[in-house]
Order: sequence, then structure tokens, then C-alpha cells
Amino acid sequence: MEQNQAQSPSPPLDTRFDRLNSDWYFDKLAQVLMFIGGISVIVFIIGIFVFVSIEGFGFLAGKFEFSEFFFSPDWRPTSQTKETYGLLALMAGTASVTGFAMLVAVPFSLGAAIYIAEFSSGKKREFLKVTIELLAAIPSVVWGFIGLTIMNPLIIQIFHVPVGLNILNAGIILGLMAAPIMTSIAEDALKAVPDRYREAAEAMGATRWQMIYKVILPAAKNGLLGAILLGVGRGFGETMAVLMATGHSINLPTSVFDSVRALTATIAAELGETAVGSDHYQALFAIGIFLFAVTFVINLVADLIVRGVRKG
Amino acid sequence: MGGTSTRALAIATQKLNLWYGTFQALFDIDLNIGQGIITSMIGPSGCGKSTFLRSVNRINERLGYVRITGSVDVMGEDIYQQGVELVQVRKQVGMVFQRPNPLPISIRDNVLFSHRLHTSDKCSKARLDEIVEDALQQVLLWDVVKDKLQHKATSLSLEQQQKLCIARLLPVKPAVLLMDEPCSALDPKGTEAVEELIWELRGKYSILIVTHNMAQARRASDECVFMLMGKVIEHTDTGDMFVTPRNQETADYIEGRYG
Repeated sequence: MEQNQAQSPSPPLDTRFDRLNSDWYFDKLAQVLMFIGGISVIVFIIGIFVFVSIEGFGFLAGKFEFSEFFFSPDWRPTSQTKETYGLLALMAGTASVTGFAMLVAVPFSLGAAIYIAEFSSGKKREFLKVTIELLAAIPSVVWGFIGLTIMNPLIIQIFHVPVGLNILNAGIILGLMAAPIMTSIAEDALKAVPDRYREAAEAMGATRWQMIYKVILPAAKNGLLGAILLGVGRGFGETMAVLMATGHSINLPTSVFDSVRALTATIAAELGETAVGSDHYQALFAIGIFLFAVTFVINLVADLIVRGVRKG
Repeated sequence: MGGTSTRALAIATQKLNLWYGTFQALFDIDLNIGQGIITSMIGPSGCGKSTFLRSVNRINERLGYVRITGSVDVMGEDIYQQGVELVQVRKQVGMVFQRPNPLPISIRDNVLFSHRLHTSDKCSKARLDEIVEDALQQVLLWDVVKDKLQHKATSLSLEQQQKLCIARLLPVKPAVLLMDEPCSALDPKGTEAVEELIWELRGKYSILIVTHNMAQARRASDECVFMLMGKVIEHTDTGDMFVTPRNQETADYIEGRYG
């Protein structure tokens, strides 16, 4: 030890432990910027919620009647004699279109996810994943346009019905729209299943399908359920495509060939024609609050379910 | 080389070569593994012993880039000849992995998993109960888990999981059990328990066990294979190998000079 010191005397120990260099300031700056970025998302969302609530509050405090709002099928905000604000038909419209969309999207997206996660590999897998992501990026107005110009005449021709803008049309369009994001999330859930389960099952002589059916799907079921719920949330909140493909007429549907009107589409179509601050205007915002609450609950449930799978 | 006795063979390979892509992992392996005994494989990491093991029930083929020449006979049948069904091979040749990998389903369903794969006709519940009890008895696990057969298998301790992984192979009555370092994830007590179990199974099954642990090979096997760089260097009675190795490399490895 002493010999070493004799050979190369070490510099005097720097004991100014409190000095700050530029790295310190940069680190602080980065911290602040990240904080602003993170917090602003939350602030904006709360801001939107507060705005919608304030705009809709006048209605909730005045013309709002619980039983009429939720159980009356009559939405006549512009009636000369007596305005009514019943959402039942609109809720039925949204629910029927979303429900039908899930009938289309669930088998498609689960099938695609299983194929991508378990059967394809290498280049093919990458290609499929990128394509699916691309599909998710198609603007909803394009889907609505397809519903209007392609599906509409097709449905009239095939089923011999007078109008092709109905639950069937909007359901298929919405299903195809929701499928890519559902596929993507379902595929993540399948990929999260540890590979040793696959190896174990295969080593015991399970065929590919037996392995998927008996091991992978049960192990991934929470994630798959989460994917479906996110799809439901997507369908629920979709506006433009639904507005264009449903026919936009107020109806309590009795078959898939009935035209309906969705909650979201109602807001989009009517808000521009109302006087700011009028009852009608405020009622539309009340629908907004309702939509906000429902999608929030759906997303929350989906999130909790997906988290459940990570823990288990 | 070859075995030391004239006993019937469980596994026999001729000129087995194996490539991962362009990397050759096995070179001209000629091995005869006897029936009803425990054969251990030792050798330094990467010498090809796990690769050899995994090619005996063809689980290697999960990786798309594996190529094989030569032949592997299990109970006298070449499992690499054309028309061989992987499902049947894997029924005859059970595999236990390094990390216990029970499926994330109940203990009972784990034990019945391969039985259900390979038996098409319906069994009565009483028959299934019998199968479960029998398999778990054989791996000395029955008394511990008999009251929680519906619990998730992943909730068991590692030692119990590994025993379960052995138990679930037994209902289909495999001829050969392959074990890839079955104790390496276990603590000393678990290791002892699983070793005891493997010794219990001796005679009923032909067991091929890869191990890093030379003490384990020495106390828990009848014959021993020493591999190095993808080649079999020596195959003889375990007792002989550890007392009078014929080969200098074997001696060096056993005495801990490398590996």
C-alpha cells in the first residue's frame, strides 16, 4: 500500500461533496419537463370532464327527469308543443350496433390473434402485425363512407330490404373497425403466456390445437376478456362511422334491418344546430356526461381485468 | 463404447448428428441406453447433453432451424423415420424440464393432462380418481396434495411442482423418461427428495437424466455417459467411471480440472 503511494501519489481527495455540475441541472430540467408532460394529460382530461359537466349541468338541474331521460324512447328536443328528452331509443341504437359489432369482431380478432401469436412466425408474423396496426389507423369517416357507398346497396340487393343503412351495416362496419385493436391486445395477452407452458404441453404430445385450447386460452383468458371489453368501449364511443351507416333514425329496433340512431351520432349531428346554452344544447351535453361515465366504467373494468392477468 | 451389458435397449442412436442452423451441436453419437435402468449424462455446459436429450422426444423441433441426420431408435423403432407421429413418440418418451413447468390449471388436471390427450374414450370419474391417486402415489406426493387437488398447480413449492411434472407423465405409461437437470432449480432438500423419487421409479421406466451435479450422477445412476463438445467420450457403469475412468478427458472433468 505504502509502496503504491510512493510510486504514484494520489491527488488530494476532493471533499466538496455539495458541488453541482451541469448534469445536475439537466437532470432537474428533464424531471420538470417530464412532470409537466405527465400531469398535463390528467389536467386536460379533468378539464374536459369539468367543461362537459358545466355545460350539461343546466339541463340536469332543470328539464331533467330521470324516468324520461332513461326510459322514454322519445327524443324530441325541438318539438313545438312539448320537448321530450328520452334516451331509450338512442341507447338501444348504440347497444344494438355495438352488440352486433362484437358478434363480428370477437371471432375475427381472436382468430387473427391466435394465428399471429401461435401459428405464424418470422417475416409473416411481422408483416401481419404491421398490417393490423395499419388497419387500426384507418379514419372512421372512411369506414362510414364504405358503409354508405358499398355496404348500403349490397345489403339492399342481398336481403331485399328498402334501406341498407341499419344495424347490420353499422354493426359490420364497427366490428371491422374494432377488430384490429382487439387483435393487437389479444395477441399481447397470448404472447404473455410463458413459453414453458407450450413446451410442457407439446412435450406431452399435445397437438397445436390441443395446446391452444387447453392451455394457452385458459391462461390468457383475462387478457382476452380485456381485449373484448376495450372493443366494446371503442364501439360505444364511435361516432362518425355509426352516424353514416346506421341510417340515423330514432327507433326501438326489432330486427337487424331497422335503422337506428346512436347516442354519439346524436350529439355530433345536432350540436351544430342548437343555440349555445339552450335546453337542447345542455341536453346534448348531458348525453355527453352519460357517455363519458359509461366508457369510463368499461375502460376501467377492462383495465382491471388485464391487470389481473399480469398479477396472476 | 456402448453400454456395459447385453440388456435390452431403450434408446439406441446411430451416427446422430444435429445442427442448430449452421452450428453443429452433436457429432456422430452412437449411444445404447439400457432398459429399466437410470443412465446419467454429464459434461460441461454446452457439450450437447441437453440437445441429445431433447432430440429423443423430438421436442427440439419446436425450433424451426434444427436439422438431424442419423437415427434414434426408441424401444427398437426409429423415431425419425418417415410417417412417425410426434404425438405417439411423445407419449412413449416423457420429458421433465430443468425448470418445473406445471400447467396453470389444477393439480388434478395436470396429472390427467397427458392421459386425456392420449385416451380417446371417456373414463368414469372413479377411474380418473384412481389414475390421479396412483400417479401421485408413485411420486410420493399424494399425502401432501390429496386434499387440494383442485388448487392451481403453480401454487405448489418448486419441489412439489417438479414431482407433479413427473407424475403427469406416468398415467400414459411411457417407456422412457427424459430428465433435463430436474433438480437444478431445487434446494438441497428438494433435490434429495426428487432423487429419491427417481430412484423409486428405477426398474419401472428407463430413465435418462442430464445433470451438472457429479455427486448426483454418482449416487443416483446405474450407467454414466460423459460428453464433451458434442461427442460421447465415455459410456460405462457409473461406479467404474468414477473410480477408473478409461479416458483422460473424463478423468480431468470428474476431478474438476475443467467444466
